[in-house]
Amino acid sequence: MKVRDIIKILDAKVLLEGDLDAEVVTACGSDMMSDVLAFVKDQSVLLTGLMNPQVVRTAEMMDMRCIIFVRGKEVDPSVVQLADQKGITVLQTRYRMFTACGLLYSNGLRGGCEGA
Amino acid sequence: MSMLSLKYVVPGDDFTRAGEASSDVKHKLKQLGYDSKAIRRVAIAMYEGEINMVIHAGGGEAFVEISPEEVEIQLVDHGPGIPDVEKAMQAGYSTAPDNVRSLGFGAGMGLPNIKKYTDELKIDTEVGKGTTLTMKVFAGH
Repeated sequence: MKVRDIIKILDAKVLLEGDLDAEVVTACGSDMMSDVLAFVKDQSVLLTGLMNPQVVRTAEMMDMRCIIFVRGKEVDPSVVQLADQKGITVLQTRYRMFTACGLLYSNGLRGGCEGA
Repeated sequence: MSMLSLKYVVPGDDFTRAGEASSDVKHKLKQLGYDSKAIRRVAIAMYEGEINMVIHAGGGEAFVEISPEEVEIQLVDHGPGIPDVEKAMQAGYSTAPDNVRSLGFGAGMGLPNIKKYTDELKIDTEVGKGTTLTMKVFAGH
């Protein structure tokens, strides 16, 4: 799917528009950036409930295309700003982590490390 | 032969700024047209190191040497040092305070992850004096 499809599926608010036509195949959901850096491989979408600039830094280092803040939490503008100029799209959805992941999975997005 | 030498100060009192140096190095490597896989390995390893310096050592300095063959990163801090390097290299072993975990770090994956993403890693540490991490990522690996 494309990043723009995620917006529809999660009824998401666009906080920062990056490349909406970027093709994404895999995603990961975590509030622990340590684990994202350690276990993620080539996933291009990050779902998280953590709200600090290190979420954007982590996504940047991992070459991710889209960050989704779950549970409808308000995101500090400075966090969003950090993603600017990097082509990363930042979204906010009211869905909780489990539901947001489930919706994306049932629409074809995968974990990218099946069997693990 | 070195293409580029870079030096950064990593502030120790501002967690929100951790990663600025790694971000800049990533950007510069992209401009140089460096191999994208190597860029990602450098970015992740250096970022983990930067986070470590902020969490444990009150910041420090980063020196980066870029050549066509490899990227060498040296992270120097004057923090508490690592009493047991072998333990610190175990995945999941963490001495980070709880407040760090609420920021999304401190899962005990920092050093193991740096080792995983780099081709060479050397840790010089002395309790009470500080730690110097020297890591290398070879291009095209």
